[in-house]
Amino acid sequence: MSAAAKRPFMRLALPYILSLPALLVCIGILIPFGTAVYYSMQRYNLAFPMGRGFIWFENYQAFLTDPAFWNTIRVSLLYTFLTVTFELLLGLGVALLLQRRTLMNNVLSIMLMLPLMIAPAIAALMWKLMTNPNFGILSYLVGLAGLEDFKWASDPGTALFTVVLVDVWVYTPFMMILLLAGLRALPRQPFEAAELDGVPSSFVFFRITLPMLTPYILTAVLFRMLESIQQFDIIYAMTQGGPGDTLMVFQVQAYLERYQYTNVGRSAALLMVLWAITFILSNIFVKQWLRLRERARGV
Amino acid sequence: MHEKAKDLAQAVIRKEIGRREFLRRTGQLGLGAAASAHVLNMMQTKALAADFDWKKHEGTTVNLLMNKHPYMDAMIANLDNFKELTGMEVKYDVFPEDVYFDKVTAALSSGSTQYDAFMTGAYQTWQYGPAGWLTDLSEFISDPALTNPNYNWDDVLPNLRAATAWSGIPGAPLGGDGAKQWAIPWGFELNSVAYNKRIFDQLSMTPPENMDDMMEKAAQIQADVDGVYGIGVRGSRSWATIHPGFLSAYANFGQTDFTMEDGKLMAAMGTAESKEFHAKWVKMIQDSGPKDWSTYTWYQVGTDLGAGASGMIFDADILGYFMNGGGNAEAGNLAYSAFAANPQADAPTPNVWIWSLGLSQFSSQKEAAWAWMQWASGTEHGLFGARQMDFVNPVRQSVWDDADFQSRIAKSYSGYLEQYKASAPGSKIYFTPQPLFFNLTTEWAASLQKMVAGEVPVDEGLDQLVDSVNRQLRSVGL
Repeated sequence: MSAAAKRPFMRLALPYILSLPALLVCIGILIPFGTAVYYSMQRYNLAFPMGRGFIWFENYQAFLTDPAFWNTIRVSLLYTFLTVTFELLLGLGVALLLQRRTLMNNVLSIMLMLPLMIAPAIAALMWKLMTNPNFGILSYLVGLAGLEDFKWASDPGTALFTVVLVDVWVYTPFMMILLLAGLRALPRQPFEAAELDGVPSSFVFFRITLPMLTPYILTAVLFRMLESIQQFDIIYAMTQGGPGDTLMVFQVQAYLERYQYTNVGRSAALLMVLWAITFILSNIFVKQWLRLRERARGV
Repeated sequence: MHEKAKDLAQAVIRKEIGRREFLRRTGQLGLGAAASAHVLNMMQTKALAADFDWKKHEGTTVNLLMNKHPYMDAMIANLDNFKELTGMEVKYDVFPEDVYFDKVTAALSSGSTQYDAFMTGAYQTWQYGPAGWLTDLSEFISDPALTNPNYNWDDVLPNLRAATAWSGIPGAPLGGDGAKQWAIPWGFELNSVAYNKRIFDQLSMTPPENMDDMMEKAAQIQADVDGVYGIGVRGSRSWATIHPGFLSAYANFGQTDFTMEDGKLMAAMGTAESKEFHAKWVKMIQDSGPKDWSTYTWYQVGTDLGAGASGMIFDADILGYFMNGGGNAEAGNLAYSAFAANPQADAPTPNVWIWSLGLSQFSSQKEAAWAWMQWASGTEHGLFGARQMDFVNPVRQSVWDDADFQSRIAKSYSGYLEQYKASAPGSKIYFTPQPLFFNLTTEWAASLQKMVAGEVPVDEGLDQLVDSVNRQLRSVGL
């Protein structure tokens, strides 16, 4: 075949060849996803190999009347809301404090990143020791403050507070570093103009800083929200989802179903519900983020 | 001198002299106790080779999945003898117990050929067996071409042999008709009381004799000894919270987890007697248990006793055994007592946990793996582990009868043998075998947590548990 004849073929094939790696990655993601969807529609418990069969949406239907499932939804959403809210407020506060580029601020911002470098499961075990009622330093300190019998993660009344505290300790630096980067990237002109006009700082914060920072906030919140709703390691390491069902979030329940109860179908169905929730939430956030970007461009 | 020691070891094997005489004579030869024991062990291993073709799988590498445990340590300490005996290699991956069973489930459910044999509990075989992940070992045990003539399967305690065999029919008795031998018992634990003798002496107390007495004594320790809580029992959200002291005491009141009605399993935790027992157990933890009880695994229960943070525990007997040595603050102060919760009961009814060895159905070299399994669960290794390591409690009667083992235990672990002798006759697995064991027993533990936390009254909590358990059983057709 002549070179001239080859050229149109290459021209036609080139886009497909170039997109092949992306296609392979997509397939790599979609195969396990498709498998999970398939399993979620099966009665599939490894301990009952003879009972395996396709049951369409029965696993999902069973959730509707299962109080444990609704408890999982409630705990997962509450945990996500609390962790993301506290991390946003603290992260934003710290980022504002460190906004100015000074040597001290630069050193502090690096130091504050340290919790993020610890594996969450290790952080959870560390906190488990610190909150041990017999010898934990935090138990001792709250004891000095008059809370003699504070049981931290081992009491249903304080368990959620305890794991949220650990999550906030680990992940606030993540929020802080994203928002700090955003703050430092904001254009200076609006702030200089406001300063010249003598605009009060609260007005500057609420009317200039916060609106301009919103895309960064949305990005940071989206990342944290996606991770927080899929929380596993901190909760599993500290309480295995207990006491009772107090901290039975999606991932912990799905893990127990799969690895301890060998109920593959139910575990997959739980994970599909979790996927649907994260998909809906991230869609809302991404659309909001795109809308803000369009507005910033003046479209 | 070494040759003379070998001759003496041969004399022990021929039963011409006893082990003590052997040690005395090797001592005269200038050999220390450890070196003498090593020579004897080596010669016993060689003697094993005389009647069986141990070299059949020479050059083969067996891959093991193991839990970090003193039984595993004993096996590693003696492994060179196995390699010398068989010419085989052994590779092993060791995981801490927190993640061990999940690792086993992942490896087996994937059908992986990575591991040939692994440590398992008897309860786990109720899941692994019906799933088709385990090899029925009866065929291996009964085949003289595969099993050495000195293996002496009947020497393994009958309750343990039965406990690791099951037909796969939910509710059918362990070791009953059609049972398959899913695993080989390796080491086991009964549940009894281990207590801090120093604290008990200080309070002029004797070990508890029944449930009410235990509650009173635990409360007294809590009130009178500063910084020490009354009693350690497990409390984490896991099936492992139910199986030790809790189920042993529950069974002592004649209570069961399930009954069979019209061929269907029915949850049996809702009886008046069960509710009364649960109420007592819950009150005992509330009054005298550790503050963070709901996170307590065997590890915290044991270390608290060893550190002097608790007055007593009602848990695995070997936990008290392990804590009475090493660098524990209370080493030497711990004592043991068999325990019958019900004052009307004739004897204790300890539920049993059995560390066992399973053979993967997906192994591509089952016979080679079986060679390792029969060596690891054989008499010679059992004696080595019991005499020189912490391979306790031994599963073989011959090891229990060994004078050296008995004198070692009697010397360093006062009251342990007496506790064992009183507990053993009534000991067995008191759970009903069924494949949903882990779901349902974990849910039982979660209910107990709710009751202890005061989230739900005992009566109501048990009624809810019964409803939930029955619903789950029906959903899988049981």
